[in-house]
Amino acid sequence: MIDIDLHRRLPTFALDVAFRNDAGITALFGRSGSGKSMTIGMIAGLARPDSGHVRIGGTVLVDTTAKTFVPLHKRRIGLVFQDAHLFPHLSVRKNLAFGQSFAPKAERTIGLDAVVETLGIAHLLGRRPAKLSGGERQRVAIGRALLACPRLLLFDEPFAALDRQRKLEVLPLIERLRDEFKIPIIYVSHAMEEVVRLATHVVVLDAGKVSAAGTPEAVFAGASVLGEDRRFGRSTVLSTVVGDHDAAYGLTALHHPAGTLWLAGMAGPQGATARVLVHATDVTLAVGAPGQLSTRSTLSGTITALDPDGALAAVEIALNGGGWLVALATRRALDDLALSVGSAVSALVKTVALDEGSVGR
Amino acid sequence: MGDLSPDDWTAIALSLRIAVVATLASLPFGVAVAYALARWRFPGKALLNGLVHLPLVLPPVVTGYVLLLWFGRRGVFGPALADLGIVLSFRWTGAALACAVMGFPLMVRAMRLSFESIDRRLEAASGSLGASPLWTFVLISLPLAIPGIIVGAILAFARSLGEFGATITFVSNIPGETQTIAAAIYTDTQAPGGDAAALRLTLVSIVISLGAVMASEFVQRRVEARLAAHG
Repeated sequence: MIDIDLHRRLPTFALDVAFRNDAGITALFGRSGSGKSMTIGMIAGLARPDSGHVRIGGTVLVDTTAKTFVPLHKRRIGLVFQDAHLFPHLSVRKNLAFGQSFAPKAERTIGLDAVVETLGIAHLLGRRPAKLSGGERQRVAIGRALLACPRLLLFDEPFAALDRQRKLEVLPLIERLRDEFKIPIIYVSHAMEEVVRLATHVVVLDAGKVSAAGTPEAVFAGASVLGEDRRFGRSTVLSTVVGDHDAAYGLTALHHPAGTLWLAGMAGPQGATARVLVHATDVTLAVGAPGQLSTRSTLSGTITALDPDGALAAVEIALNGGGWLVALATRRALDDLALSVGSAVSALVKTVALDEGSVGR
Repeated sequence: MGDLSPDDWTAIALSLRIAVVATLASLPFGVAVAYALARWRFPGKALLNGLVHLPLVLPPVVTGYVLLLWFGRRGVFGPALADLGIVLSFRWTGAALACAVMGFPLMVRAMRLSFESIDRRLEAASGSLGASPLWTFVLISLPLAIPGIIVGAILAFARSLGEFGATITFVSNIPGETQTIAAAIYTDTQAPGGDAAALRLTLVSIVISLGAVMASEFVQRRVEARLAAHG
């Protein structure tokens, strides 16, 4: 149980952040300068709020009315930043073991072997941090935080400095932490794909205020969440069920009541739920059954709203069987096809536009 | 240099002893002051910084005289220390105190720079892993500052070997007790026919100082190679 309520005056705005989540991964999502890092700092104990409280799993870490302020080293909150901040004078093994001896004996529930195995870092143990790649460093930093047996893990844009391939390697590890070690995680990011993939609860921060909060499906329901880019900022999150994997073509079926999406790559075991991020710019609309097209992913639904914006219009579609999808089209195309509120449409999503890395479970 | 006289050897041994004791005794204070100046904010920080640097800018004679006023037999603290069995004036221990005071600014400057160059987020990471501020200092800050601590110690050691003004003012120039190499050279140059003796000790002085500086460079390189730059 995470219960956060923090207030602090900053030079440019006042930060007022409150959210709760039971378990799993809470994503703090927002532009840079929206107050994410300050929020993390106050939760970790690196900064003090003017007023508010931080309660993790029934333990009060900060409560300004009771004048409670547990210092950094007694909070037992694991930190993983964009830079790994490994101790350069210690080997990987000693970095990993650093926090273990400080954790109360009764709460040393996480062992070195399990962490090394999960993170795949056995071959790095004897090395010095300077000899590691960026992805390896981040994995060691995660392991070091885990082995201190924290009550909460804070990730502050941990993979912002990694390239896409490294990210695809590391993101599943976060999911394993969530599932295997059962430690609540607060994950700060401005990458929508990461948030959709990992989060069970999303808190959107804008200029120090919570502008939206809820499940990824609810928060990314087609609105331009960050407000600044009406064309490219719009996307929808769909809940799907993982179906067959076509090994010959390397495709995985993601079933939605309104149709089937095909994903290039893997998306976890059959029958599992998978969240998919669909950008509004990647959706094509068709009336009736589409003819000979290369697009294989089709969802059917009914138009519920049109939001014209210059030459373009955002089309809100209620999918058959539940869920929403937002598509962007030119106004002329809508008129040519005689599409208006109430029209039945097929929404085509290019398979290549579905990002394997953004599929959450 | 086989023709060094017994008196020369006495002066050399005494110089080394005084420099080693002065350096080792001031080391913990130097580390503590350097860390406080680098990391803490407290009232009087500017004043402390000024006091630490004072021996660097004052004429050494003034520093020596202040030491005499404080720690002399009839000085402010002298009698009380004498009751505890500690006599500093006109003793080699007093020379070590004078050398420690004179070398202190150099020692603290090097160490402070070293502490300041440590990424604070490493210390924050240590804290988040459960290490108290003291453990963080012992396990993270101190080992990472080792190159600067070594440099500071060597600088203080070299300064001690070269110290003359404060020492001779505070503890005089007593052969076998407070007559260091520098004081012995001074005595030789004042005596008729002492040029040869002065030159011998001058060479010795150069050899020791050069050796110390080269040794510090070597040790520092070794340590820095072990630490490697990037974390």
